[in-house]
Amino acid sequence: MNRRRSSYLATVFSFIVVIILLAPIIISVAMSFTTSDTLGFPPVGFGLKWYQAVISEAKWQDRLPVSITVAVLSSLISTSIGTLAAFALVRSKIRGSNLISTLFIAPMIVPAVVLATGMYFVWAKGWSLGAIVIGGKLVGTITGLVLADIVIAIPLPFILVRASLANLDKTLELAAKNLGASPVTTFMTITFPLILPGILSGLIFAFMTSWDEVVIASFLSSPRVSTVPVAIFQQLRETLDPSAAAISSMLLLVGIILVSLLSLTRRKPAEIPEE
Amino acid sequence: MSLLSIRDLCFRYGEKSVLKNLSLEVEEGEFVSLLGPSGCGKTTALMLIAGFEHPDQGVINLGGEDINDVPAHRRNMGMVFQYYALFPHMSIIDNVAYGLRQRKINKAAAYKAAEEALNLVQLPGLAHRMPSQLSGGQQQRVALARAIVIKPRLLLLDECLSSLDRKLRVEMEVELRKIQREVGITTIFVTHDQEEALTMSDRVALMRDGAVVQFDKPNIIYEHPKDSFVASFLGKANFMEGSIRSAQDGTYTMQLDNGNLLDFGASQSLATGSKYIIAVRPEKMTISASQSKNTPIKGTISLVTYAGGTTQYGVQAVGKEWIIQSQNDTVRGAIFAVGDEMWFGWQADNSLVL
Repeated sequence: MNRRRSSYLATVFSFIVVIILLAPIIISVAMSFTTSDTLGFPPVGFGLKWYQAVISEAKWQDRLPVSITVAVLSSLISTSIGTLAAFALVRSKIRGSNLISTLFIAPMIVPAVVLATGMYFVWAKGWSLGAIVIGGKLVGTITGLVLADIVIAIPLPFILVRASLANLDKTLELAAKNLGASPVTTFMTITFPLILPGILSGLIFAFMTSWDEVVIASFLSSPRVSTVPVAIFQQLRETLDPSAAAISSMLLLVGIILVSLLSLTRRKPAEIPEE
Repeated sequence: MSLLSIRDLCFRYGEKSVLKNLSLEVEEGEFVSLLGPSGCGKTTALMLIAGFEHPDQGVINLGGEDINDVPAHRRNMGMVFQYYALFPHMSIIDNVAYGLRQRKINKAAAYKAAEEALNLVQLPGLAHRMPSQLSGGQQQRVALARAIVIKPRLLLLDECLSSLDRKLRVEMEVELRKIQREVGITTIFVTHDQEEALTMSDRVALMRDGAVVQFDKPNIIYEHPKDSFVASFLGKANFMEGSIRSAQDGTYTMQLDNGNLLDFGASQSLATGSKYIIAVRPEKMTISASQSKNTPIKGTISLVTYAGGTTQYGVQAVGKEWIIQSQNDTVRGAIFAVGDEMWFGWQADNSLVL
């Protein structure tokens, strides 16, 4: 009796959690199909009016390429750096490897506003170390946004690749060498394919980090060069126009597609038959 | 000239000296076991032979060539790892063909050779499965096929049977030995299991603290152990420590370290007044309900361990504990019970003077 009751309570609780998690998404998507001119819930009518508006409107047409370029470039670069760093830290005995690891994970811990403020000054005015000036004149440029997103996206690929490498049985690499594979061949035929799921997950997470980033991007954007999430945020402050809901839904769709891809990169553990 | 000749190999791991002047000569076609307790350096020795680690001192010579500086992937050795180390993302046939593909052999020829190797280890028809779909015993065979298909100069086996259950392990021992003879491949087998080492090897190198203590044929190392470590690591033994008080016609009286006097025979002559350690294997002892010429020592049974074919008795006599193994040669099973008084002894030949 007691057991049934607790499992009933667990079901109800889970259901409430799911509703809380899903409600904002469902509301936002539902509102995007409205035919009314104001953002409201429940939506009035059903149509693709606002999707057409988004596609034809110049504002979104300018922002989308910026968002895509920044997300693609920053995710590729941050995943490459994160992978190489993870490899170096797992496979060699570097002094202070714990400190280096912590630095790579730091962007996840530092509040976005703190990071954004610091970045804004360095990106805008540069940071002079004696004769050398780092940064400057980067606000409102694609380069500036890419650099910022590399910094904030690095922790995830780094952590994921490091975990893949740590879980990789080192004797597999020894076995490959023993069978005549050079260190480079061993990496290409054994290590890389086995940590590839980790690298791809890292890449997708890095892409998503950049894709929906608002805080840092709003500091580093200019009226001419800005990303989609920043524009949504600005628009919601000015007018309650359903086009923001439509574009949000489109961002969401990209996320759903990528996360589905992610689940494909995880290999299904095969069953081990009985002796 | 031996095929593999290791001289004065030293290897330190951090502060710890793992190998201390290890020397070993292995002949062509021989099956040699490196046997020893954990931490004796046997696996490290194998890693150095395979080239995964570099010795701090000493020489590894293979077929007349010093291979200290030859990297692992150019040594042409086949290794079977403890947990098989099959490549999980490759099918069985690709695993077995991997070494051949590294030798620039074309795919068709490599697959053909790999299939022959799989037939040799009695695994036909599994070529296109993935490693995770195979049982432990099957993975073991694949690992063996992968190692021998490249026709290595040396086959290195790293405790590769210890993860199998007992029945399968015994099966694999027989099969491994059969394959090794068929292929005629020189093999070095690392194990901590003395029974495995004795049954499989042409010669056993017993290791302790990074060096070889004794290197001999199984029957020699078992019947003529060099010291009490060898005698106790390979099988069980009763040790008597003390000094010889008197000697007469090959019968000696020893004053044990606990003060008691013990009479026994030995075929080796012992000097009166000197200290000795004498070992006797439990199965070399005779046990009887009555005193006789062969069973002069009186004892009390303190433990009975029945094991089917044999019974092992714990016996209290002359102030110490003895282990005596007796063959159950009648259907009655164990003939003594705890608390029984009995007599035991052994032939003079069976006294091992250490």
